[in-house]
Amino acid sequence: MGRRLKFNIFRYNPQDPDSVPHTDTFYLAETESMTLFIALTDIREEQDSSLQFDFCCRAGICGACAMMINGRPNLACKTLTKDLPDEITLMPLPIFKLIGDLSVDTGTWFREMNEKVESWVHTSKSFDPSADEERMDDAVAEEIYELERCIECGCCVAACGTANMRRDFVGAVAMNRIARFMLDPRDQRTEAEYFEIIGTDEGIFGCMGLLGCEDVCPKHLPLQDQLGILRRKMGWSAVKELFRFGK
Amino acid sequence: METIFTDVLCIGAGLAGERVAIEAASAGFETICLSIVPPRRSHSSAAQGGMQAALGHSAMGEGDCPDVHFEDTVKGSDWGCDQEVARLFADRAPEAVREMAFWGLPWNRVVPGRSTYFKGGKQYEKVEATEKEGLITARDFGGTAKWRTCYTSDGTGHTLLYTMDNKVVELGVRVHDRVEAISLIHDGQTCSGAVARCLKTGKLRVYLAKATLIATGGYGRIYRETTNAVINDGGGAIIALDTEVVPLGNPEAIQFHPTGIVPTNILVTEGCRGDGGTLLDVNGQRFMHEYEPEKAELASRDVVSRWMTHHIRTGLGVKSPYGDHLWLDIRHLGEKHIKTKLREVEEICNNFLGIDPITQLIPVRPAQHYTMAGVRTNKDGAAYGLKGLFSAGEAACWDMHGLNRLGGNSLAETVVAGKIVGEKIVEFLKGYEVQYNTAIIRSGVIKQQERIERLVSGKNGNDNVYEIRSAMQDELMERVGIFRNGPDLQKAVENLQEIHERAKKVGLRSNGKGVNPELTLALKIQSMVRLALCTAYAALQRTESRGCHAREDFEARNDRDWWNRTLATWREGDDLPTLDYEPATQVVELPPGERGYGVCKIISCDGDVIGDGTS
Repeated sequence: MGRRLKFNIFRYNPQDPDSVPHTDTFYLAETESMTLFIALTDIREEQDSSLQFDFCCRAGICGACAMMINGRPNLACKTLTKDLPDEITLMPLPIFKLIGDLSVDTGTWFREMNEKVESWVHTSKSFDPSADEERMDDAVAEEIYELERCIECGCCVAACGTANMRRDFVGAVAMNRIARFMLDPRDQRTEAEYFEIIGTDEGIFGCMGLLGCEDVCPKHLPLQDQLGILRRKMGWSAVKELFRFGK
Repeated sequence: METIFTDVLCIGAGLAGERVAIEAASAGFETICLSIVPPRRSHSSAAQGGMQAALGHSAMGEGDCPDVHFEDTVKGSDWGCDQEVARLFADRAPEAVREMAFWGLPWNRVVPGRSTYFKGGKQYEKVEATEKEGLITARDFGGTAKWRTCYTSDGTGHTLLYTMDNKVVELGVRVHDRVEAISLIHDGQTCSGAVARCLKTGKLRVYLAKATLIATGGYGRIYRETTNAVINDGGGAIIALDTEVVPLGNPEAIQFHPTGIVPTNILVTEGCRGDGGTLLDVNGQRFMHEYEPEKAELASRDVVSRWMTHHIRTGLGVKSPYGDHLWLDIRHLGEKHIKTKLREVEEICNNFLGIDPITQLIPVRPAQHYTMAGVRTNKDGAAYGLKGLFSAGEAACWDMHGLNRLGGNSLAETVVAGKIVGEKIVEFLKGYEVQYNTAIIRSGVIKQQERIERLVSGKNGNDNVYEIRSAMQDELMERVGIFRNGPDLQKAVENLQEIHERAKKVGLRSNGKGVNPELTLALKIQSMVRLALCTAYAALQRTESRGCHAREDFEARNDRDWWNRTLATWREGDDLPTLDYEPATQVVELPPGERGYGVCKIISCDGDVIGDGTS
């Protein structure tokens, strides 16, 4: 306690013609259990009320507040200042369109991602309100939930070497989503149909295996495993596909 | 001015808003959702524990049915609810849970055979039936006769919201995220949409719609200590109240959740207690069973929050730099259970408290959690006062919760009400055509432009918006909290009236350009204080104790004089809301009686006094 923290914060308001990208410095006395949510809110209310950033649940649940914290993407709300040095540099996430200062447009990116991977159960059945639900093994439900815990914060995208180089790469988040539906017995898509979506360089074959995604995921999703499993499955699909056309 | 036409405008894209949108879009109506955040960040995602529906598949839920769910809900509401709505809700809840399963939600399922569970710190055994294997299971929650709360670990809200938004994407429903409705367009009789501010550019935009829905969730952020997300600052309630004709139902009905963590007020789920967690005092002793021999830690939230506060007042709280608190103990549930069924709780404890709930106690105390209060609607979800305006979810006072909501009934309400109100909007829209009055639209837009200009230029004054919000929050925490009394409430009303005057003189310190966050709050602040005044003033008038509304000076529930619902409207120029009252329920399926938990002292409809005030 008793530290004086120095914040270097990226500033730019694209809606203000007079604004140019630059860094502003703020100082704050550290308090007990201070998080970046508390710190940034304090800076906005006491020092610069135009400062833009995104918080929502402030409990690590909603994924709104991802930003680059001393060069590493993480959720600001659950980052305690005591785990950081005296000097803290905050930048917006790369790749996503900047709205202003630390705020980026993740909504548009993730909507497009969800459309691209068709993130819903594909089924030919229709819902019968009077019937009992279809049975499912509890272990399967828990396996699905494990991957469903993704909060679309964008950290894995920001930390991805491929995504930083090519805008059309879908990122680990999309791969994880596909893996989630492949586990789900309700989704009737075939392997060939999944292959159609991610069996490309924009998908699983674009992954360079750097695994920044796994390192930074604030929900600790098993992204490395999922990428490995998908690559194997999709690889086999590619081989089968070749074989089919060869005949 | 950019103007967008649609059949249905859903303001809010959390669970209720999106469920309505799905219903409308599926019936072929063009539907647009507005959301101040990307839809999957809506506060619905933070609901952890589960969703009540009487499926009765689990061993401890055997014999459950909508009748029992209905009874629990009415008792939970302390007979403040509309019983017709509670019945509609309980009957439709099982179908809604199954529909979500059909859309891909990974509900936890029945695992047959012997297993153990905890209640009041003691271990018991149950046997799940083989023939129920793989059906949706349930956990225990407060105020319920059966285990009825369906769940996915403690991420139920998250999985519901993701499944719902998946459906929205599948149907191609457009969600305009980072757009905030700042006023409704209406002529005093019919609502025709909203003026909205884009939170990507700061520009205003007009949405014209045949049917407009308010589904913006609760407004806990008028209190300082709240479990609510920072976005829950009353947007939807404000634009309704600003119409001068749409009333808020029961603004005094504000729920405190027993287990917000200290000091950040982040919620840890009722599932902790449902799964057998206990509350301990400074001596490490359980106490809830002494106050509530039957339900103990699992009495309804209002009751548990009151006993906790009472226990702290008797000096048995744990001292801390952030004030006194109590302990939540889930250690005995074991590592496996915590790491699978309560993993969000584990993460929250690790990240925000630096403690390990498997081996350590969690510091908790009651924090504001839910607004039973909301835009008053009829059973179809149609708002009082304006044709073409609807509301659903926490934003609405539909009113199945009365003066206290049961845990697990809010997620359930969003999905069930979303479905029902969606169906009713579809009925409403069939053959319905409108003519838009450009003069009204223009004047609505100009009014907002002028407000913004005055705030930016400082023409109204230069009061600091954050200080005003802070003063309002302190006032509510201090005098309109868990226990209330006449003198404090009177003082709160007077102080809030002063704060309301100051709110009129807010001016920005920054330049207001683009998505200026100070402007976003400044546009709301005056009406936020009005919401606070509605709460304080309605609480002052209600001279009884019912559900969450506990008057130290009127301890009895008074069915003779107060079996009713407050309706608060605000007329421009006034410094207090106008309060009207209507009967709590037209249909009485379950006559008023004892809840079976909480202090029992009732003045009956005939004026007889029942109970002596002890439990």
